[in-house]
Amino acid sequence: MAELTPKERMQIPRQKMPEQDPLQRRCNFSEVALGFTEELAQKEADRCIQCKKPVCIEGCPVEVPIPEFIKAVREGNLKEAARIMKTKNNLPAICGRVCPQETQCEIRCVLGKKGEPVAIGRLERYVGDFELAKKTVPVVQAPDTGKKAAIVGAGPAGLTCAVDMALLGHKVTVFESLQSPGGVLVYGIPEFRLPKKMVNDEILYAAQCLGIRICVDHVIGRAFTIDELLTEHDAVFMGTGAGLPSFMRIPGINYNGVMSANEFLTRVNLMKGYLFPEFDTPAKVGRRVAVIGAGNVAMDSARCSQRLQALEAKRTGEKPGEVHIVYRRSPAEVPARAEEVHHAEEEGIIFDFLTNPTEILGDENGGVKGMRCIRMELGEPDESGRRRPVPIKGSEFVMDMETVIFALGTSPNPLVFVDALDLQRTKHGTVVADPKVGRTTKFRVWAGGDVVTGAATVIEAMGAGKAAAADMHKFLAGGAPLKELEASWAGAVAQPT
Amino acid sequence: MYKILRKEVLSDIIKLMVVEAPQVARKARAGQFVIVRIGENGERIPLTVADFDRRAGAVTIIFQEVGKSTMHMGSLKEGDGFSTFAGPLGHPTEIGKYGAVICVGGGVGIAPVYPIARALREAGNEVISIIGARSKNLLFWEEKMRSVSSELIVCTDDGTCGRKALVTEPLKELLEMRGKDFSRIWAIGPAVMMKFTAQTTQPYKIPTIVSLNTIMVDGTGMCGGCRVLLDDGAKFVCVDGPEFDAHKVDWKSLLSRLGFYRAEERQAVERWKHKCALDSAAASGSVRNG
Repeated sequence: MAELTPKERMQIPRQKMPEQDPLQRRCNFSEVALGFTEELAQKEADRCIQCKKPVCIEGCPVEVPIPEFIKAVREGNLKEAARIMKTKNNLPAICGRVCPQETQCEIRCVLGKKGEPVAIGRLERYVGDFELAKKTVPVVQAPDTGKKAAIVGAGPAGLTCAVDMALLGHKVTVFESLQSPGGVLVYGIPEFRLPKKMVNDEILYAAQCLGIRICVDHVIGRAFTIDELLTEHDAVFMGTGAGLPSFMRIPGINYNGVMSANEFLTRVNLMKGYLFPEFDTPAKVGRRVAVIGAGNVAMDSARCSQRLQALEAKRTGEKPGEVHIVYRRSPAEVPARAEEVHHAEEEGIIFDFLTNPTEILGDENGGVKGMRCIRMELGEPDESGRRRPVPIKGSEFVMDMETVIFALGTSPNPLVFVDALDLQRTKHGTVVADPKVGRTTKFRVWAGGDVVTGAATVIEAMGAGKAAAADMHKFLAGGAPLKELEASWAGAVAQPT
Repeated sequence: MYKILRKEVLSDIIKLMVVEAPQVARKARAGQFVIVRIGENGERIPLTVADFDRRAGAVTIIFQEVGKSTMHMGSLKEGDGFSTFAGPLGHPTEIGKYGAVICVGGGVGIAPVYPIARALREAGNEVISIIGARSKNLLFWEEKMRSVSSELIVCTDDGTCGRKALVTEPLKELLEMRGKDFSRIWAIGPAVMMKFTAQTTQPYKIPTIVSLNTIMVDGTGMCGGCRVLLDDGAKFVCVDGPEFDAHKVDWKSLLSRLGFYRAEERQAVERWKHKCALDSAAASGSVRNG
């Protein structure tokens, strides 16, 4: 077959990924997006015009050689595609599913200027799934350096850092407070977006190949401290995330049925509450659910709520309930990924924009019966550049609700910093760290991911873990006396903004 | 797996287990708790540390079989183990030299009160302890409590052991007699007992500390399900507690939140009992059809 011209490539439409039907999937926890077939993948790969200066790579926090791996897919050489992918990203099956490609690599794709960009994320997922099933890429690990690194937190940042450090020949131990590694990938992101078996396989495979020790049930700040880790390790990376939930400061937040998205999602995902009573942890919502916020976590909470309602309706034979997303700004400011919003809409989630709760109303038994809200309008732009929502006087009204889930963002868990007073933090509770390499104010301690940036994306955390690993390696391999290193350390730290 | 080194049956429904968990034992202090989980399908439940042995790397827990998980735990044997045994969590009790103190333990709450009373005694305090339960068969550690107290008052609701009284009765008498002497009171037990203890001590304005056992998932500050309303706003029991000033707690809200999953708890218990019945029928070879 003759090679296609760029013009011909650009005429191929962007390939859709098969998905479960919305009416069917809103009643189960199985994966929504089913992945490309070989044919679809090849066709999509054919669309890439192999730019000489691939700007898509600039949008990738871990700099995956995007055109190269797509070329290998086009040629039907998936082993090669996987090898190229894994030079930069060890968790492609995960990233292919949860990365916001539309704001990172795909937004830069030149095809997007006139039409639709190459579906880089879907191709990444295709390659990641192939590699996960076939395990073709040999792991080449550098010889043992004799240095030891401790990684705190087995989420995206910590695991990426751990894998890179182990590849470079360092002895790595990961400390995780929950019962299984994965962080937000296991407690936060639902099964229908990211199957847990896959997370587990991809993480454990990487860990096993590289001799990484993962210690679960180890709670930093209580069972051990950073200072203790520093006595037994040469370097410490903190990828402890942003696990502390926020509640609105309005009356009624302690009524039964009010919860944080963290609690709700942890019950559903990590503890498999949707399989109660086969699993012991119950997860339940009422017939009318309000999720406050419109980020990815809010979409996840809303869609999990709806699935729980559907399972309950199946059991009782009644009509399933309603799930509302209540957001104080307008559709234009919604921070969630476009695909997540689209999926939520398809599944029948109701969006109440420019609406803000002012009070949660309880019944005589301490349960939620409603939510007093006020209508908002957009005023002048605020510090974030978005137009500030302003309450409209006299527009209060009551929504009947049985469950209210707060998905308002999270901040780092203060527990992490017990006995680590020399670790400088910002007023938001995040760790002060060099934005490029992750060095903190504490000698031999690096940090990256949500603990530094506040709640952000999986791939940004992975990028930070990767950058920190490179710097930790440089530091450990330098061979300069410790005293000298300590003297030069402070200079590497950025001041809080 | 965290192995059960020793199991002791304190009563039909109260069991003691010594569990191998060196990383918990290393740091554990009176007043802290652990999160335990049985098997891959298990829920994470908080249990207060009843004792610990740093050298042996072991932690003692005591629990009452009230729900499916604790019933399941009660059926485990020495040599079995837990899938999760994470901790120590929460703040330890602030032990100081306060002078004269009272330690009140109700039911299974006697277990967490013991290490606190012991530490207070070791710090040079005069410790008067009151322990109580519904009935004699639910009382335990009387001798241990006596050994760390200058005076021990035992009471049961039905009078089968010690005084026939609720723990608040001897407490009130003590306070009437020499209320000014006491600088602090600890009370641990069922939420209702702690609530009434708080009411009893309130008029005397003696700082009263309770250890709350709210519903938790992770136990590390992540879910906020354990939040409790105090005078000055909501706090997380897992990271801000588990001990709080009893006079500041909104008991009505606390009691209501404890009951949120009652229907599911009941369902799980029935399912467990059914499974146990089938298992024992199968074991005795007398499985009937239907």
